[in-house]
Amino acid sequence: MTEYVENKEIIARRIARMFHTGDVVNLGIGLPTLVGNYVPEGVTVILQSENGLIGLGPRPEPGKEDPDLTNAGGQPVSIQTGGAFFDSATSFGIIRGGHVDYTVLGVLEVDQEANLANYKIPGKMVPGMGGAMDLVAGSRVVVAATTHLEKSGASKLKRRCSLPLTAAGQVDFVVTDVGFFQIVGGRFHLKEWFEPYDPEWIMAHTDADVVVDDDSAACKDL
Amino acid sequence: MVEKPVISALEAARKVQAGNVVHVGGFLGCGSPDAVIAELAKLGTRDLTLVCNDSSILDQKSGKRNGVAPLIENRQFAKVIVSHIGTNAETQRQMNAGETEVVLVPQGTLAERIRAAGAGLGGILTGTGVGTEVEEGKQKLLVKDKVYLLEEALGGDVALIKAAKADRAGNLRYSKTARNFNPLMATACALVIAEVEELVDIGDLDPDDVHTPSIFVDFIVVSPRTEARA
Repeated sequence: MTEYVENKEIIARRIARMFHTGDVVNLGIGLPTLVGNYVPEGVTVILQSENGLIGLGPRPEPGKEDPDLTNAGGQPVSIQTGGAFFDSATSFGIIRGGHVDYTVLGVLEVDQEANLANYKIPGKMVPGMGGAMDLVAGSRVVVAATTHLEKSGASKLKRRCSLPLTAAGQVDFVVTDVGFFQIVGGRFHLKEWFEPYDPEWIMAHTDADVVVDDDSAACKDL
Repeated sequence: MVEKPVISALEAARKVQAGNVVHVGGFLGCGSPDAVIAELAKLGTRDLTLVCNDSSILDQKSGKRNGVAPLIENRQFAKVIVSHIGTNAETQRQMNAGETEVVLVPQGTLAERIRAAGAGLGGILTGTGVGTEVEEGKQKLLVKDKVYLLEEALGGDVALIKAAKADRAGNLRYSKTARNFNPLMATACALVIAEVEELVDIGDLDPDDVHTPSIFVDFIVVSPRTEARA
């Protein structure tokens, strides 16, 4: 059987293809941030950062950083021409009000009931939820970005999350390094698989109910 | 227009009394009133309750610290109400050791609770946190077939905020993402102290460019941006 090799780039590449010009997108810290590097040519998305801007741009050259201009991780960033700044209430009004089209978040666990856990491991890691609960509850489309397996080999996709939830029943899509899943009716629907993995491999390595629809196919050109 | 008193950072810090609920602006140290925080750390005023987006950055390895981190290190807070403590391991240590009470609030809910306090509202209804640990102990309401949590307004005794520019009347203008929670906190506390980088005469700020109207501000502290900060 095919051996699993972690591949974050393929996850970012596939998610970046979901967007259309004009979409407002919030990318979480870590793996989701990579998505911004692979938005296809000709597609212009508007990146929102919950600390108070739309039109998020790349990190400035060394020496050009502005201490008053950071992203939600506190890193120096730039703003694109035509962007805008606002306060935190407006920022989360944008998020909860459904004005963000896509939010992309990393996960500790995601389950077939569309629940997401990514903010707390009781007794071990309690960083706080920051803006994640509002983003998952409020965004129009929620995309969970995650490697398919943990380092231990355990499936990140679950029947039921065991960790405290970030939000209940809000996840629409899960993109891993083996396939593209849509959550519908309490199951993971495998819409695309990324070769060399195939549906048989994916079913054997996913600790949840996976359905392969008639229109599902291999995605070969990532 | 009435001019607001311009005071030193030390005089500002002295207005914070032991036991006060203190709102401090800033997002991971971006837009925090650093000069007033430094004086408050020197005074060592204790038993405070902090309301802030996060407990700022305190990296013991690199020695980097910003925002409210010096106050956390001094253990001046009995309680902190924030959305995130992941960049300050000392907050987590104090929480685990039972030294400081930590209340984690979703960031959007925190912003709205502060805004509600300043806007004369008892609280707000939000769908954020429904079905999670955040809903524990809170009243749930069904409005037009959707479940919401009742989140109460969160005001304070003193707001320590940061703006780029003020006029002598106290009108404020913020810079870029250093705005964040500052304009909300300006409305939500009994006493509001604005630390600014630049002070201009009344009339030199266009009324259309004012982010926080002067009536919310009680005292002004001027602390020009230093090379060290930039």
